[in-house]
Amino acid sequence: MLKALFARRHQGHRTIAYPAGPAQLPELFRGAPLLDPEKCPVGCADCANACPHGAIEAGTGDQGPGAGTRLSLDMGKCLFCPECAGACPHGAISFTNDHRLAVNRREDLIVRSGEIRRLAAPLDEARRSLFERSLKLREVSAGGCNACEADTNVLSTVGFDLGRFGIQFVASPRHADGIFITGPVTENMRLALLKTWEAIPEPKIAIAAGACAINGGPFIDSPDVHNGADGLIPIDLYIPGCPPHPLTILDGLLRLLGRLEE
Amino acid sequence: MTRTFSLICLRNGEAVPVASVPLLPLEQFLQDIIDATDRGWRVASCFGVPTDAGATLWCLMAAPNDGLLGLMRTEAGMAFPSICRLVPQLHLFEREIAEQCGITPEAHPWPKPVRFHHPFMPSRKGRENVVGDSDYYRVGGEEIHEVAVGPVHAGIIEPGHFRFQCHGEEVFSLEIALGYQHRGVEEGFLKGPHPKTLFQMETIAGDTTIGHALAYAMVMEALGGTVPSARAEIIRAIALELERLANHAGDLGALAGDVAYLPTASFCGRIRGDFLNMTAHLCGSRFGRGIVRPGGIGFDVSERQAGEILDRLTAASDDLENAVGLLWDTQSVMARFEGTGKVSQETAREIGLVGPAARACGIDRDVRRDTPFGIYGVSPVTVAVEESGDVFARAHVRWREAEASLHFVAEQLRQLPGGASVKNTATPAPDSVAVALTEGWRGEICHVAITDGTGRFARYKVVDPSFHNWTGLALALRNQQISDFPLCNKSFNLSYCGFDL
Repeated sequence: MLKALFARRHQGHRTIAYPAGPAQLPELFRGAPLLDPEKCPVGCADCANACPHGAIEAGTGDQGPGAGTRLSLDMGKCLFCPECAGACPHGAISFTNDHRLAVNRREDLIVRSGEIRRLAAPLDEARRSLFERSLKLREVSAGGCNACEADTNVLSTVGFDLGRFGIQFVASPRHADGIFITGPVTENMRLALLKTWEAIPEPKIAIAAGACAINGGPFIDSPDVHNGADGLIPIDLYIPGCPPHPLTILDGLLRLLGRLEE
Repeated sequence: MTRTFSLICLRNGEAVPVASVPLLPLEQFLQDIIDATDRGWRVASCFGVPTDAGATLWCLMAAPNDGLLGLMRTEAGMAFPSICRLVPQLHLFEREIAEQCGITPEAHPWPKPVRFHHPFMPSRKGRENVVGDSDYYRVGGEEIHEVAVGPVHAGIIEPGHFRFQCHGEEVFSLEIALGYQHRGVEEGFLKGPHPKTLFQMETIAGDTTIGHALAYAMVMEALGGTVPSARAEIIRAIALELERLANHAGDLGALAGDVAYLPTASFCGRIRGDFLNMTAHLCGSRFGRGIVRPGGIGFDVSERQAGEILDRLTAASDDLENAVGLLWDTQSVMARFEGTGKVSQETAREIGLVGPAARACGIDRDVRRDTPFGIYGVSPVTVAVEESGDVFARAHVRWREAEASLHFVAEQLRQLPGGASVKNTATPAPDSVAVALTEGWRGEICHVAITDGTGRFARYKVVDPSFHNWTGLALALRNQQISDFPLCNKSFNLSYCGFDL
């Protein structure tokens, strides 16, 4: 018993200061992409060709005659690997340290230069007032590789202490206000996912976390997966990443509840 | 000297021409598996490549003592005699061959689907598969009740279905039905490597990104005749050990949580993150995405980074020792750990357990030492073995392994040699077969690639350690209290997606 008390003292208080304090991310963390098509020579598509996931559309756009489509990056397909940035000799694509990536609409995941990224807005007033201070989520892994699952689980440890925001992952869909989906939705999990969704009482919310749940991730177009939950369940929050950093997930959840402003 | 039967012997991370692999008559192929396993060889991988007549069966075996790997093949028709009553470790491999190739292991005692998908050859499509819809083993009697759990579980866990046959609290039998996570991984590798292949390798089991990516890199290097620099090999090994540390730390905490010992549960949940963040310090991803690349590494490590990780490692090492040490000193924890979920050494050998689960049963087996890859040949790690085969043994093995990994990583970080981070890999050699084994945190990861005449994958076989070990969990539950299931389950902590592929 005494040893446990000494251990408690040794381990100290370790909950992060965020969101009151700054978000601490790894130096090499690849967050929101930064596009600078002004650096693109006409006709160059090195980045799009280097992307194994089909997330990039090359183009210089708006730069006079002959310019085709605008350079864009779909964060829903992006695995935030360093391939495109490494392939671009002109520095037109890079990744910032910005972990705020979650959005409400699928199309808002497409990043174009010159456009301000539209971060997730709060839920409609009816649901927001219900869930703002107490949100219970049922997680379903539908083909997830256990990375999204692990970095969602970590939110409930002392490090992130999700409970302080009134958010909790619960065991039964009957106790839940919403579903939190990871994985590309395998054919073998489709029914279980839909049944879990149906078992959650209205009003409810749906969250797709990770590249797989948004668009199939590394397994996009495999005949055994459904390319994510889109089209099966109406999604209120898309959290990109492979997997999303825990702070990206936390940021998305707090924004959805209207608890983060900037 | 070890008798090698008809097998062609090769090293870990070696490629040989397909033509050099003995093509045996079916009967001799099966007899050799029976004889070799009798003499302590183990089946590392056994799989089929569909052919017009049926399938070519391949078997990769590991010798008991001297680090030999042996490979052989045979041509089977639409059926072959099941030998898994004699070689229980083949049980799931035979079912997998049946499902993937659409051929029949005759007289198989439990011929059920493994993952509920169609065979690789569409023409052999049988009945419509509905996942989980199959016969389950049942115990009769009025006082017996059945408990069915999953696919969706209570926590944030991957899906699987568990059927318990219980008498009161006591579990007579547990049957585990998986396949819910099946993403078509191996089928997707056909005719590869594709641009996406590497990223799929990294997510075969996302918590074992380094382990699987490393096996893939070894396969590509073997087929392309590339030798990575010592520097790259060391950084890969550091990443592999950090992966082990994160998972061992997290699971020791979760084991504490399952016996309601909250101090260690709470401390370790955070300490696991410290190790993940060290990996992220190397490459930006907490799961090591992008570190391992065929030919070397995707991210080099600066002197400053190495120093910073070393500092963090020292702090995390103190915290982990402090947190885990509480377990062994707390009687209420030890009372739940000791004697729970016991697997005998004999059973473990028969079903071919790997990794910490095997070492906890007194089986001294570790790829890093037995068939060393990368830097482990010159910088060996200490292999931890326990005898009791229970939850305590599995927990204690993992703690001792974590200690060894801490020591290993610190030592490697202090003496990083110079060298290229990545070398170009040539196109894969045609008509060849390459074999790569690594020791992931769950145990032996085995990749076998067979190339066609143009150097594309005619077959890429992945065996996650979970494929060997799920049977171990089912057997550990026999005659246990059903309330001890979560504890036993966590002591194995197997991968669903790694199994389901």
